[in-house]
Amino acid sequence: MLRLSIQARQAIARLTLPVLIVLSLGIILLGRATPYVPERARTALSDALAPIYAAGAVPLSSVRDAAADIGQVFTLRSENLRLRAENERLRRWYDVAMALDAENATLKANLHWIPDPTLSYVTARVVADAGGVYARSVLLSVGPHNGVRKGQIALDANGLVGRVTEVGHRSARVLLITDINSRIPVVLEQSRARAILVGENTPYPRLMYVAEGTHPAEGERVVTSAEANAFPAGLLVGTVHYGSGTQPLLNPAANLEKLEIVRIFDYGLGGIMPPEAPGRTAMAQ
Amino acid sequence: MTDKTPGIRPLLTVGHRLDMAARYCFPVALTVSVLMLLSMPIGLPGQAEMQPAWALASVYFWSVYRPASVPAGAVFAIGLLLDLLAQGPIGLGVLILLLTQATALRFRRFLTRQGFAVVWLAFTGFAAAAAAVEWAGVSVITWRLLPVQPALFECFMSIGAYPLLAVMLIRAHRTLAAPEQA
Repeated sequence: MLRLSIQARQAIARLTLPVLIVLSLGIILLGRATPYVPERARTALSDALAPIYAAGAVPLSSVRDAAADIGQVFTLRSENLRLRAENERLRRWYDVAMALDAENATLKANLHWIPDPTLSYVTARVVADAGGVYARSVLLSVGPHNGVRKGQIALDANGLVGRVTEVGHRSARVLLITDINSRIPVVLEQSRARAILVGENTPYPRLMYVAEGTHPAEGERVVTSAEANAFPAGLLVGTVHYGSGTQPLLNPAANLEKLEIVRIFDYGLGGIMPPEAPGRTAMAQ
Repeated sequence: MTDKTPGIRPLLTVGHRLDMAARYCFPVALTVSVLMLLSMPIGLPGQAEMQPAWALASVYFWSVYRPASVPAGAVFAIGLLLDLLAQGPIGLGVLILLLTQATALRFRRFLTRQGFAVVWLAFTGFAAAAAAVEWAGVSVITWRLLPVQPALFECFMSIGAYPLLAVMLIRAHRTLAAPEQA
């Protein structure tokens, strides 16, 4: 070990903190100037932590399920009645859907309709909530050679979750539709009006640039639009919701607060890539 | 190590040294493990704000009561981990934690002699300043005016969680993290 005089050691001890503060300012500037450096560092850290997270995810989800089970015991009866009523209503819809499906099939056969290609997808477990205070994203644990690439689309069982923004060897990061950097072209299903879904880091993203003269109705379904070739048309995003204000918001169909498993779809689209690193708005690729 | 009774002693054994080293490392190890735990999808309400709140409370507490256990380099590493686990601009968390430590070290002679209420009151100032710096920093770096609510929420969460954390940290400070008990 280096032997220094007491004065020198004291000077070093006094200088460490200011030097580190200057260094942190330097890191801020570096991160601003070269956004791929923190992105690489994040991906490397995610890759390193992914196995640990994945190991923890299984007991974690069983604990969460157990807690939910205990909560459900108290609402068992009312829940049962509600489900019975809903089941009856759904049975009627099932008949309608089967009839429409058969009719649709005959019509398509008569029209020589080109069927949509079957999609390839991978299913991945959400292992970490990677957002922080000023961003909304999740970390997925995906094995090596998974075929997950930037720009692919993440869905949960109910609707659109977001897009893949970073891919490492064992992990991938998905920017949620509620993130402040998220912009998604959407269509209102009833009125066919186009709009842009703008994330605001709140649970309800905002519907902006709705075509003039259309008034989105509360509860109207909102689906993705194929414009800009970034999304396939017709994926369910959520329903129109008015909060306390007059601005139309969106109630996401996906359970973004408690994501556990998402599917990553490869639609082979490459229109607009998602932002390089969240926290920046540059879209250039 | 506080040496209250001067005199000649036998050399420390290896086990004794290891025990002391472990006790010195305890504050940083605890901070890092809880940070990683909080980045898992537990589904707690306000979990995103808990990470910076925990890092701030931990760095503040240990800087006041056991500065030898949280050297500036360790605080730097904790901040970097915090920034890499979250998605904000990198370096800002490091800066906030280092400034917190610098200020806490400056006032620690005063703070260690006060009761819990004064230390908590001082912490509210730290939490407010940290949330303000973070909000302003992210706003300047991304060059847009961000909503103020997350910053306010983060600030109140830090202040509200501090007494609970302090109860545990004070116990650790007196037992697990005390090298003089090794």
